Amino acid sequence: MTVNAVVQLALFLGVLLAAVKPLGWYMARVLEGGPGAAPLGLGRVLGPAEPVIYRLCGVRPGGDGKPEEMGWKAYAVGILLFNAAGFIAVYGLQRLQHVLPGNPAGLGPVEAGSAFNTAVSFVSNTNWQGYGGEVTMSYLTQMMGLGVQNFVSAATGIAVLAALVRGLGRREAHGIGNCWADLTRVTLYILVPLSAVLAVGLVSQGVVQTMRGPAEAVLTAPLAGADGKAVAAQVIPLGPAASQIAIKQLGTNGGGFFNVNSAHPLENPTAISNFLEVLAILLIPAGLCWTFGEMVKDRRQGWAVLAAMVVIFVPLLAATVGLEQAGNPGVGALGVDLAASAAQPGGNMEGKEARFGVVNSALWATATTAASNGSVNSMHDSFTPLGGLIPMWLMQLGEVVFGGVGSGLYGMLMFVIVAVFIAGLMVGRTPEYLGKKIEPFEMKMAAIAVLVPCAVVLTGTAIAVLTPAARATVSNPGPHGFSQVLYAFSSAGNNNGSAFAGLGANTPFYNVALGLAMWLSRFWIIVPVLAAAGSLAVKKSAPVTSGTLPTHGPVFVGMLVAVVIVVGALTFVPALALGPVVEHLQLMGR
Amino acid sequence: MRRMFRPAIVLFIVLSIITGVVYPLAITGVAQLVFPHRAGGSLIRAADGRVVGSALIGQEFSAGDAKEAARWFWGRPSATGPVPYTALNTATATGSTGSNLGPTNPALLENVKVRLAALAAADAAVGYARAAGERAPVDLVTASASGLDPHISPAAAEYQAGRVARARGLSEEAVRELVRHHTTGRGLGVLGEPVVNVLELNLDLSGRGG
Repeated sequence: MTVNAVVQLALFLGVLLAAVKPLGWYMARVLEGGPGAAPLGLGRVLGPAEPVIYRLCGVRPGGDGKPEEMGWKAYAVGILLFNAAGFIAVYGLQRLQHVLPGNPAGLGPVEAGSAFNTAVSFVSNTNWQGYGGEVTMSYLTQMMGLGVQNFVSAATGIAVLAALVRGLGRREAHGIGNCWADLTRVTLYILVPLSAVLAVGLVSQGVVQTMRGPAEAVLTAPLAGADGKAVAAQVIPLGPAASQIAIKQLGTNGGGFFNVNSAHPLENPTAISNFLEVLAILLIPAGLCWTFGEMVKDRRQGWAVLAAMVVIFVPLLAATVGLEQAGNPGVGALGVDLAASAAQPGGNMEGKEARFGVVNSALWATATTAASNGSVNSMHDSFTPLGGLIPMWLMQLGEVVFGGVGSGLYGMLMFVIVAVFIAGLMVGRTPEYLGKKIEPFEMKMAAIAVLVPCAVVLTGTAIAVLTPAARATVSNPGPHGFSQVLYAFSSAGNNNGSAFAGLGANTPFYNVALGLAMWLSRFWIIVPVLAAAGSLAVKKSAPVTSGTLPTHGPVFVGMLVAVVIVVGALTFVPALALGPVVEHLQLMGR
Repeated sequence: MRRMFRPAIVLFIVLSIITGVVYPLAITGVAQLVFPHRAGGSLIRAADGRVVGSALIGQEFSAGDAKEAARWFWGRPSATGPVPYTALNTATATGSTGSNLGPTNPALLENVKVRLAALAAADAAVGYARAAGERAPVDLVTASASGLDPHISPAAAEYQAGRVARARGLSEEAVRELVRHHTTGRGLGVLGEPVVNVLELNLDLSGRGG
């Protein structure tokens, strides 16, 4: 790694970790506050809307003035119905965009299979994209369909996390919060203000934000098109992009306004916009660790979980940067200069932008797959074999290294339950976490949450490689073709949304198969997590004794890291060996 | 269950209005007020007001006759179709795209060979003799992620400066001076990579020399 690479990575991690405490504190106040109450004066500005929303929705107040508490089943039904409404809205908008306003480019309706896939994709916080934004989605669909889901799917993740944390923190309680209040307060006080600040910052760098239709430019050097006719003009896409890009990064959504996502110069024009966008990917997931510690009144617990995430993230980040800086030996053999210097990024620049170079492309690839963001600023398909393996494996770990907003931490807490269970077996004691006995019911729920994505990824990949229609749209030969399919199901089956984008995924098979994968691995985790929350909430708290396993020290952090890695390695190493590992050996053996 | 329908639907509608209408329109208003040029696509206009491009979207300069192409700085190879640097074509449903060629794909190496040959042909067309052992920077022969990359590395500009100077009958120093003028350093001195804006450089170059 170059010196500049080390400085850039250190700056990124430093700013991220410095933001954890203030943001985490703020989010805890929001999740615990009553109607209209929010810190930093936001309650005064946005607060008056809150009671009005509850009255419109018919949400009844409980004894303490807050909306009435719900048991886990009511909470889960509320979340599922709310998301069902979102699915219908996104599907409908896509199918009817040609007759609706807000369509200056005059785009037609989205085909049914693609519309189904996209609706599941955005409702499940995956934002897998089988389509190219600028040539498929009208401004209205982008704003009212995709943009809204960017907010509410992120709010869903944080709400479910809040319910689980309340389950862990409360003693002999039957309620785990009110889902309507959680969705409202998270959107109003966390997601909208942060997005507004980031969106304006992005516009200052050159991200477009306008309702005007595309602009047309006269080319300085006209050229001949494929059909021999002269091409004298270039059409420049515009639109309300910055507002959507801000929340797609902050909400770990990842669905780009344009086809190439944050590699598009109008979506991510400078190194500074890039820094803001990549920071926004991990900001809320990291901050929620502090929120968790604050809400269970033991901040060390939050730090321990965050430490486990950082311990997994940093070595993988360094490795990706190093592998991409080393470059493609096949290209070097043709007499091309691959050495990084002050005048050029060097390394593997296929599918990367000059302004980001290798370092920021590798940083983004690692961050976007550690979190379940899935936005890209470079083409992962063209990464070196092992440089592409790391993002794929980070998704396969279950999106718990930071992970999605809310979903990353509730996924990690399921791994914590597995880890204390294994530790309990090793020392021969009943496993406990935060004073709560971990019993068969919680273990079953944790096992479901950990295993569903693994099963979806491997089963989906197996079905695809056995299906001729699925193999037909693989674009690269050899083991890399298998990697493309494995990456697609790893991404959909863990609600990430990034792709080895050469795979032609806008086909009936992939639209349906990946749509089902995204749906299963979102909601078949949310329901068990809420069930575990409900079951934990009613438990008594066991007193701390000399035999209690502390869950905040380095020993437990090491234990948690080991459990996450062992589950990820045992499940996926055989599949990875068939794809990226074989390809790496081929590349080196030339 | 039935009493959950009303809040689910009403809350979805209310949040849709806040996040899907109020929020983007408010941001659009602020953006148009404070940064009208940047929010509108950073368009570059000629003296007569015609839009000649966006500072953020690259254009193709390496196509066509080698002798004419040698007079321009070339940007990153573009994988967009049907022509390079297609930013938006609703008729063919194409816009920004990368090549997505895997690292062991034979087509990737084939493309690099073709691009190296095109660079050599441009040198030869204007009789520019390159120092022995000078190697092309990797960003000049590999496709960008977006297919619209407006930038090249300073090394890629330096590699072309001698050829452009010769093709236009300018001194190499004058061309290098123009390149320096259109070079931007790393963000805040550390972030990203130093880059040269190809379209702005070529617009500045147009009309200079023979």
